[in-house]
Amino acid sequence: MSDRDIAPVSLRPRNADDLGLRRALSDRLLPLLVAAMAFLAVLALAGAVGAQGLAAHWRGDASAMLTVQVPQPEAPGEAGAAGYGRAAAVQRLLAGEPGVISARLLTQAEVAGLLSPWLGQDTKALALALPGVLEVHAAGATVASALSARLQTVAPGTLVEANGVWFDRLAALAGSLQACAALALALVTFVATAVVAVATRAGLAARRDAIDIVHGLGATDGMIAGRFSARLTLLTFAGAAAGVVGAVPMLLAIASLTAPFGAPTGPGIALAARLPPALWAALPTLPLAAGCIGWLTAQVTVRAWLAVLP
Amino acid sequence: MVDEDRGLALQGVGLRYGLYGPAVLDDVSFSVPAGGFRWLLGASGAGKTSLLRLLTLAVRPTSGALRVLGAAIESTRRADLPPLRRRIGVVFQDFRLLPHLSAFDNVALPLRLAGRPEGQVRADASEILRWVGLTRRTDVHPAELSGGEQQRVAIARAVIGRPALLLADEPTGNLDDAQAERLMQLLRELNRLGTTVIVATHNESLVRRHPAAALVLEEGRLVDASDEAQAGEAQAVGHE
Repeated sequence: MSDRDIAPVSLRPRNADDLGLRRALSDRLLPLLVAAMAFLAVLALAGAVGAQGLAAHWRGDASAMLTVQVPQPEAPGEAGAAGYGRAAAVQRLLAGEPGVISARLLTQAEVAGLLSPWLGQDTKALALALPGVLEVHAAGATVASALSARLQTVAPGTLVEANGVWFDRLAALAGSLQACAALALALVTFVATAVVAVATRAGLAARRDAIDIVHGLGATDGMIAGRFSARLTLLTFAGAAAGVVGAVPMLLAIASLTAPFGAPTGPGIALAARLPPALWAALPTLPLAAGCIGWLTAQVTVRAWLAVLP
Repeated sequence: MVDEDRGLALQGVGLRYGLYGPAVLDDVSFSVPAGGFRWLLGASGAGKTSLLRLLTLAVRPTSGALRVLGAAIESTRRADLPPLRRRIGVVFQDFRLLPHLSAFDNVALPLRLAGRPEGQVRADASEILRWVGLTRRTDVHPAELSGGEQQRVAIARAVIGRPALLLADEPTGNLDDAQAERLMQLLRELNRLGTTVIVATHNESLVRRHPAAALVLEEGRLVDASDEAQAGEAQAVGHE
């Protein structure tokens, strides 16, 4: 007989499926579970990035803002008021303060509007005189107590309220949201790792005989673990990619819901542009991270399983 | 050809499965020089398969000293065993073929695990499959092969890497006389080229036709290690 009698054999790559893992680790359930994990991870990531953005936004709006209340705004000011009314004297003094960008005196109508939820629409019918309210924007942190002391010289009884207190609360809220998002991401990572570990052990059980045979033929732990990790990396990467792609419409939907609070946007790219760039940058890393989880979990699980063999 | 250091040596070897399991091998001592040939005889349950499992490095001895191809197994690190296993060919009684691989890929597996170039793998696997008469069954999976064909695939897989040690457990069990004789010629040829060969069998006529030194096991103990002249008598003892 010659080699021509040999039945044709298809070319086969060296890293082909020696252990039959394509059947033992199917491309159905595991990628589906990983896709679900990736979907949740995207939402958690969006929450984290969103909370970070809100915190920065609130910091810009609230940290350098002061509210000044002047009782009896129309009454003449003290000696230092130089003939101005109390509210006008306070505004004048604030304008000269270093670091104060603007100090706007709200109109009586604006003040009445602010108080209407508590006092009703017709504040003029009340016997109480409304205070003058100044909205002050400062360039940096302003010590409210020191400013208050100076304002007392022209309008005793003036109150200075630093909105930094609110900012601290908002910052704490944003920090909590970020912590929750980080916790959700950690949980998703843990569950994904557990899912991959369970799948790996199921694959090991299904291919126990095959592993025993190749082990006896001289396969190293690294070779066997490599076959498993290659398969699981592929499955987790593909599953996570599908989950991320599936989550994008959800993100765009959330972006469209935020539209009333921002500049008007159109559909499609304009809507996508509303999402933080940091989020877009983070999305491609999720399938890579999932692939890393798959590879590492498979390596650890398989090597631990093989360690009991002689 | 004879090299004690590169062959097999067992000194007081015992084996039990589990901490409190019964001893399946007890105080077994013998040596086979490199290039030696031994029949392994004994009744069913005498410990032949367990001894072969020890020699294939599938288990470690629970007592005694075992030296395989020059390596003291009890002191060899686990990471150093795979290269040693690649120098050992095994024909299992139950074939132990991978069901999801074709006959060709089963035979090629040892070479692929050893990292041989694919061209060489294909040439060697084709040649050995031709030799065992499976030229037209290369793409067939084990489930579609007869028992005899599966056994020939298992034999081809065991010898394709030209092992330094070849262990066979009832290798002719599913072969007709002509195929069994052909297999023995292959084993003899490999042995002549320097491979140490140990064949466990119940086939008395095969042992008579190919007289060689024999190891006779009885209830886990080596009761006889005859030379070639005593081979016929030894197999008779093994079947009492």
